[in-house]
Amino acid sequence: MSLHPNDIQRRGRFAAWLTALSLLALASGFFRAQVLDSERYQLSSEKNRLREVPIPAARGNIYDRHGAIIAENVPGYTVTILSTSADTLRSTLSRLSSIIDLTPADIESAVRRLRRDPNRPTVVLADASFDQVSVLEEHRTEFPSLIIQAAPKRRYPDGPASSAFVGYTSEINETELNSADYVEYKSGQQIGRAGLERQYESQLRGLEGSRFVEVDARGRVVRESGARPDRPATAAPPLQTNIDMDLQRFIASYLGDSLVGGVVAIEPSTGAVLAIHSAPTYDPNRFIGGIPTEYYKQLTTDDRRPLYNKAMQGRYPPASTFKLATAAVALEAGLVTMDTRMPTPCSGGYQYGGRYFRCWDRNGHGAVTLAQAIAKSCDTYFYQLGLRITLSRFLAGGVKLKFGEKSGIDLPNETTPQWPYAVEYFDKAYGPKNWTNAVTLNLSIGQGENTQTILNMARFYTALATDGSAARPEVVARNPERTRIMELTPAQLTGLRDAMGDVVSGRGTAGSAAIEGVVLAGKTGTAQNETARDHAWFVGFAPKDDPKIVVAVMLWQGEHGYAAARIASKVVAHYLKRPAIQPVDIEGDG
Amino acid sequence: MIKRVFADYPLVIIALLLSAYGIAVVYSAGQTDVLQASVASAYRRQLAWFAVALVAAWLLSRASVRLIEWVSWPGYLLAIVLLLVTLFFGSGGGTASSMRGWLTVGGVRLGQPAELAKVAVVLMLAKVLAARRDPPKSLVELWLPALVVLVPWLLVMAQPDLGTGMVFVGIFFAMLFWAGVSARLLLLAASPAISLLLAFNTGLWGAWFLILIAVVLWYKPYVVEGVVLIVTNVAMGVLAPILWDKLAPHQRARLLVFLDPSEDPQASGYHVIQSQIAIGSGGWFGKGFTLGTQKRGSFLPEQHTDFIFAVVGEELGFLGVSMALALFLLLFLRVIRVASRANDSFSSLVAFGLLGSWMVHVIENVGMTLNLMPITGIPLPFFSYGGSFMLACWLAIGILVRISSEGRGEADALPIGLRGSSSRY
Repeated sequence: MSLHPNDIQRRGRFAAWLTALSLLALASGFFRAQVLDSERYQLSSEKNRLREVPIPAARGNIYDRHGAIIAENVPGYTVTILSTSADTLRSTLSRLSSIIDLTPADIESAVRRLRRDPNRPTVVLADASFDQVSVLEEHRTEFPSLIIQAAPKRRYPDGPASSAFVGYTSEINETELNSADYVEYKSGQQIGRAGLERQYESQLRGLEGSRFVEVDARGRVVRESGARPDRPATAAPPLQTNIDMDLQRFIASYLGDSLVGGVVAIEPSTGAVLAIHSAPTYDPNRFIGGIPTEYYKQLTTDDRRPLYNKAMQGRYPPASTFKLATAAVALEAGLVTMDTRMPTPCSGGYQYGGRYFRCWDRNGHGAVTLAQAIAKSCDTYFYQLGLRITLSRFLAGGVKLKFGEKSGIDLPNETTPQWPYAVEYFDKAYGPKNWTNAVTLNLSIGQGENTQTILNMARFYTALATDGSAARPEVVARNPERTRIMELTPAQLTGLRDAMGDVVSGRGTAGSAAIEGVVLAGKTGTAQNETARDHAWFVGFAPKDDPKIVVAVMLWQGEHGYAAARIASKVVAHYLKRPAIQPVDIEGDG
Repeated sequence: MIKRVFADYPLVIIALLLSAYGIAVVYSAGQTDVLQASVASAYRRQLAWFAVALVAAWLLSRASVRLIEWVSWPGYLLAIVLLLVTLFFGSGGGTASSMRGWLTVGGVRLGQPAELAKVAVVLMLAKVLAARRDPPKSLVELWLPALVVLVPWLLVMAQPDLGTGMVFVGIFFAMLFWAGVSARLLLLAASPAISLLLAFNTGLWGAWFLILIAVVLWYKPYVVEGVVLIVTNVAMGVLAPILWDKLAPHQRARLLVFLDPSEDPQASGYHVIQSQIAIGSGGWFGKGFTLGTQKRGSFLPEQHTDFIFAVVGEELGFLGVSMALALFLLLFLRVIRVASRANDSFSSLVAFGLLGSWMVHVIENVGMTLNLMPITGIPLPFFSYGGSFMLACWLAIGILVRISSEGRGEADALPIGLRGSSSRY
């Protein structure tokens, strides 16, 4: 076959054009990808090779009123793994389990974390010990996707002494992550669990930062940093509280591990909570980074229920400490004065409606005035006083004194006290015909359908210690508004305080609790306990004429009020007689 | 008598530049964050092969075109035999480990017979076409050229190696075109393949069928021819779904992924998505030689073989891509010039056949890195790592240099291109 030159020239030109156009078409495809769409591809490329590793923020320190540390941060470590798939994570972790202790359950939980948030390094050890970190560092090259990150770890220097109010932190759990309330949380982050840590979580949390590590296609870390500037974490500002750590420590050590009960100390003029303690206590430090199983089991099987906050969760009959409420309602209604005597003198009890109501002292107190009845805690007097007030007025008075409400303290999980809101309460509880006016007698001596928290009793006594107004108890330094809960004249209030002063004297029920040089005023209480020994109460304040501190003490099965009074006396004495504490400056703007 | 061989310097220089560019990128492909030992040392082996290829090309350029023509028949037969052997005893490799393209003796991979087959088919087809007085004027007259391609085509498709199959089809049509077969006949010859592709959409296929009938009526082939044509097209339309079922899963996956890479981003689509990211993120000037993050972090698969052009795009940017494509264009134009000026039909057809083969390689390989073409395992001439392919490319250069030296006029006459070449004669 002969190829004619003219034909060849024509076809050659056609072929040249076809070739040029084909390559131009290819080039235009590259132009679109590399010039027009380049930014999008650059983003994808960065997303491929950079992994954001969170830098946990330090939680805000918590300080007491003098600048002593209640909660701080110490260096800790988290161990995370960058993983692309559940399968590679599983195989890495099973290899890792030969070096550090990992159960199959731990591995599955890590896989679930990965599924939840594939772009975040999967937490393997939220709180790795120094030993674990050293071992892992030794095997670093075998686990190129492993990231060991310094993470601040929470510590409570006074651990058990502060457990009643400080709470603890732990890693956010799966249920919470699924809930809409925690949308701004990510897996592996710490969250405040109880007490102040939970109440002020949003303030204490800080802002997580991040750094970028460079990885290859299999998730192996090839460069730890430098790919993109770090975004440092922002530590939370410190939180200053009203707590007096010195007093708190004193109370905790005084109650020790043998007594069961709760103590609340409040500054009456401000509502500032100076101390709040529940015994026996637990060590919140051991909750950080996961509660050891044996410790948790020990706490939950203990009959004395260390995890149950007796100061603000436990409700107990206030017993005779409530007689001041009965007296206040009667005085406010103008039914009696401090010198009023009741028609029937005390002969060890009171006959009402076919039933004999006993006074605690079988010998009787005779014909006592209101002031004497308070000092001697005469039940017979208060039975008659309650009847004089009448049930409906008494119930309304109790409502006004806020015995049916939470104190409103800035701590989570406060229990609402129980106080019958009106007569209808009894109709509903027992049926309209199934109860008698005898309930009035029980209520007037702090028994019956009335259970209060130690905290709420302390709040009530702040009104007695001042001008009849009470502030909401506050742990964190603020200045809450005071509300007047009883309309008593200064003279009436002085009368009540004098009577309470007599309680802690030779004329009263707690003479042994007297403090040298300081007049402690208060009221004992012995709450009847059908099944075992009675609970001991004391609520009071000092100095009597210029109260600086209100203390409420309740001892579970403490038998008699004076046992509680003696503790209150020690607390008050420590608070008022110790040398002045030099305040420590707190860094930051908290 | 010793005839002086005029080296076609522009052709050789372009090929040297392409090889140097390619080996540099193979070197870069080995520079990864986590060492891939065999890839890191690939450039050294590639250099060694390059040296061997240069010597072989020089030796071949000393051989007369007549000798090459004489070798066509035995070469073709050898290629068929090797393809048969490979089909039964071959082993997989590279991106397509499920297909058997490698000839292995005692665990040593000797090479890919498909590379030899490409050259053999070009030579054999040139011989068959050059033997004719006139270009084929009807489909019936195409039977012999078609048979020459069909036999090795069936053998490589059975491996299955879709890429090499495409190369054969490219060679076939390029050489028929160069031999002077009319465009209408080419269209008719291509019609069964077009039918096959369009059969997946009944409407498109119907439209194509109407066009085909119009072309048949206008062109007026022999009746038998026309009937065979129509029947073949209908058969293809019917066969397509059956063939689809017969395709190996990895081939089906590749075709589907070509249509939509995001369909399977972790598996089959992964390669092409990562390749696009690598190229796109290169921008105008690239991330710098050896500094491509997609490549360094092993996000880019087969970065030294099938996807080597993505490394060019990522590290050297649009500028580097344009330079590579420009070099290929210069090479192609120069080869067209060689074909245009060849002294005889056989030489001219061989030159154009080699061009056709390279064109398919470049367009398919470069196109697939941007998902403009479906993924097949065919390498990029002068760039992709691989000894037998480097050797094959330079043997082709050797043949072209020889053809060029035997051609009309001074072999190194400039400018590169078509104008003026034949005007002097």
